[in-house]
Amino acid sequence: MSSEAVLHGSSAHLADDAHHVHHHHETFITKYVFSQDHKMIAKQFLITGMIWAVIGGLFSVIFRLQLGYPDQTFPWLEDILGHWAKGGKIQPEFYYALVTMHGTVLVFFVLTAGLSGTFANFLIPLQIGARDMASPLLNMLSYWFFFIASVIMISSLFVQTGPAAGGWTVYPPLSALGDASQGSKIGMDLWLISMAIFIVSSLLGGLNYITTILTMRTKGMSMTRMPLTMWALFFTAVLGVLSFPVLLSGCILLIFDRNLGTSFFLSDIVVAGKILPNEGGSAILFQHLFWFLGHPEVYIIMLPAMGMVSEILSINSRKPIFGYMAMVGSLFAICTLALLVWAHHMFVTGLNPFLGAVFVLLTLLIAVPSAIKVFNWLTTLWKGNIRFTPAMLFAIGFVSLFISGGLTGIFLGNSALDIHLHDTYFVVAHFHIVMGVASFFGMFAGVYHWFPKMYGRHMNHTLAYLHFWITMVGAYLIFWPMHYQGLSGMPRRYYDFSNWESFKQYAELNQFISLVVIIVFAAQFLFLFNFFYSIFKGRKLTDLNPWGANTLEWTTPLRPGHGNWPGEIPEVHRWAYDYAKEGKNGEDFIPQNVPVGEDETRH
Amino acid sequence: MSVALVQKNKIHPHKFALWVAIGSILMMFAGLTSAYVVKRSQANWTTFEIPVLFWYSTAVILLSSVTLYLATKAFKERRSGKYRLYLATSILLGVLFVVLQVLGFRNLWLQGLNLTVTVAYSFLYVIVGLHALHVIGGLVAMVVMYIKALSSKMKMYSPVPLEVMGTYWHFVDLLWVYLLLFLLMIR
Repeated sequence: MSSEAVLHGSSAHLADDAHHVHHHHETFITKYVFSQDHKMIAKQFLITGMIWAVIGGLFSVIFRLQLGYPDQTFPWLEDILGHWAKGGKIQPEFYYALVTMHGTVLVFFVLTAGLSGTFANFLIPLQIGARDMASPLLNMLSYWFFFIASVIMISSLFVQTGPAAGGWTVYPPLSALGDASQGSKIGMDLWLISMAIFIVSSLLGGLNYITTILTMRTKGMSMTRMPLTMWALFFTAVLGVLSFPVLLSGCILLIFDRNLGTSFFLSDIVVAGKILPNEGGSAILFQHLFWFLGHPEVYIIMLPAMGMVSEILSINSRKPIFGYMAMVGSLFAICTLALLVWAHHMFVTGLNPFLGAVFVLLTLLIAVPSAIKVFNWLTTLWKGNIRFTPAMLFAIGFVSLFISGGLTGIFLGNSALDIHLHDTYFVVAHFHIVMGVASFFGMFAGVYHWFPKMYGRHMNHTLAYLHFWITMVGAYLIFWPMHYQGLSGMPRRYYDFSNWESFKQYAELNQFISLVVIIVFAAQFLFLFNFFYSIFKGRKLTDLNPWGANTLEWTTPLRPGHGNWPGEIPEVHRWAYDYAKEGKNGEDFIPQNVPVGEDETRH
Repeated sequence: MSVALVQKNKIHPHKFALWVAIGSILMMFAGLTSAYVVKRSQANWTTFEIPVLFWYSTAVILLSSVTLYLATKAFKERRSGKYRLYLATSILLGVLFVVLQVLGFRNLWLQGLNLTVTVAYSFLYVIVGLHALHVIGGLVAMVVMYIKALSSKMKMYSPVPLEVMGTYWHFVDLLWVYLLLFLLMIR
């Protein structure tokens, strides 16, 4: 295998170590389109994820317009949305379609594919010291399956009856019966096909990540010397590989119910006065299959962010991570418990209360590993020599959001409180803070931190600080008030609250939230501009290891070619957290590839 | 060609990836069979009959595993004629398995026991059908290997692709035996 390093006219003094490598022929197609290089695939995932994030975020802006200003019309909406916004007012069917697609897009296409697709692909080979993934071909297929799933999902936005509109959880019978609503027609079929392809994509990715981490680590890289990002991405992949197939089986059964007349999820149903022949099915069965993925899914979203945050906090506190083994152990505990708590989404479906009690116990147990992680993050920061880089700010913001959102999880995990709180804005506030915004913060932290490795340039820090503060303050302003709305019983997914005496009092609050949503959405363009501008015009790197980090990716050339290291893969001699320790030239860190000195004890 | 060279004397990454994939496929069937178990414990469950042809198909797929094992053995002994013969036999037996499954379902269908007659039959069609799709996936891999074996341009010496494919084939074989026992015992 030949390694090659490409330097696009970047600073010459950094290019020296790459000159002796010979270049093998790559066309535009094999380098940028059907690339098998894990770094290019990571960038493909990242940029596709960004496009999806803008679409999914825009949906939330549009439906927040309806929630904040239910009595006003926006004629420009009719110009862009046509009959979905007749007279400048969002139609109820379209409102549900927007809510559904917002959830689907952000949970699956952005925070699953965009987050772990990007960072697992980018970081795994670089941080464990491998030339590429176990199977670069499957890795490429993983992206292209994701791309096809994306195209199908986007196409569902343009069909006459609109995209799926039964909520991102697509519960039958609503989703199974085309006659039941506009959003259960062809849009729903496209949703199911797109998700089935998406699942194939994430399984191909996941089995590659697991295999690569377990079988392709460089010499000396024992499991307990791996950076925590690797552990987190490993457990993420394990969760995905175990739970996504179960969703696939649920989707397959639903496709049969919709199109071939079976009754897996249907029984005793009357639609528009017509009695359907379906008998013997159970709609609750779908919920079990869905949430067996659906709950691990929130950890599939969370864990990569946790891993990156651990790494970034340690680097920028210039201190070893506090409690490395406890971090690994709690990741393992979260991963295990994640597979055992799905029924807490179903407390009010008529679930046996005794069974419910078991799920309450298992759910509340997750607080233990979560608290361990929070404790360790705070103790890592404690008395650290903190560098407030943009990545560090987002990492600290992540910890803040994880605490705020995690605490309300303890409320919701209780099956008695859930009778009051289920399907209210309290739930919306909880999961948006703890998994939505927090994971986005993890993603932003990751992008700001590893951008120099991805593109050999820095992002603009001033824009990044602006982006951080607007997003941080905005996220709390949006979701904090929703807790109060939820506690007072305001239900989620409603189109208009102005008819309810008890929820009329929130008209101005809803307006305020919608206003902040627009500002925060606009602020994300600071990030997008910064990202794309910096790829071409960003400040050039003057140091191959700009953050003073210990992990192996910073030992590669400025823009590593396919194969990552031009020569031998470095050998690892120590863990990834030797910060606050004097190095050879007086630095305060010792990278993983530096042999253990005589005056040191082994790690 | 591949950058994914083995870096240590451990299990080959492709083999390991296959085992992870097998775990994943098992989870899908676990999802289906547990849905089946839940459904069965509810009211108005009616039992079903398994087509007799499924017994023949079981014998056929077990036999195909034996021939594929012999093919791998012949490949390692560098006896390419024998290898091609056994591989071709395995492919034919695999095709025969799928044909028998289809015929078994056809018999059911002709008796009026179609996909939608009861939930039990719906499950039977979906579970056995999805298994057959996995068998067809294995068949595609075997045909690709056979074409490679015929071509004189490419000489293959590494047994890894063949072993990966063999492991998968034995897996779908055992999966079928498991599913058959499951459907027989829990009806």
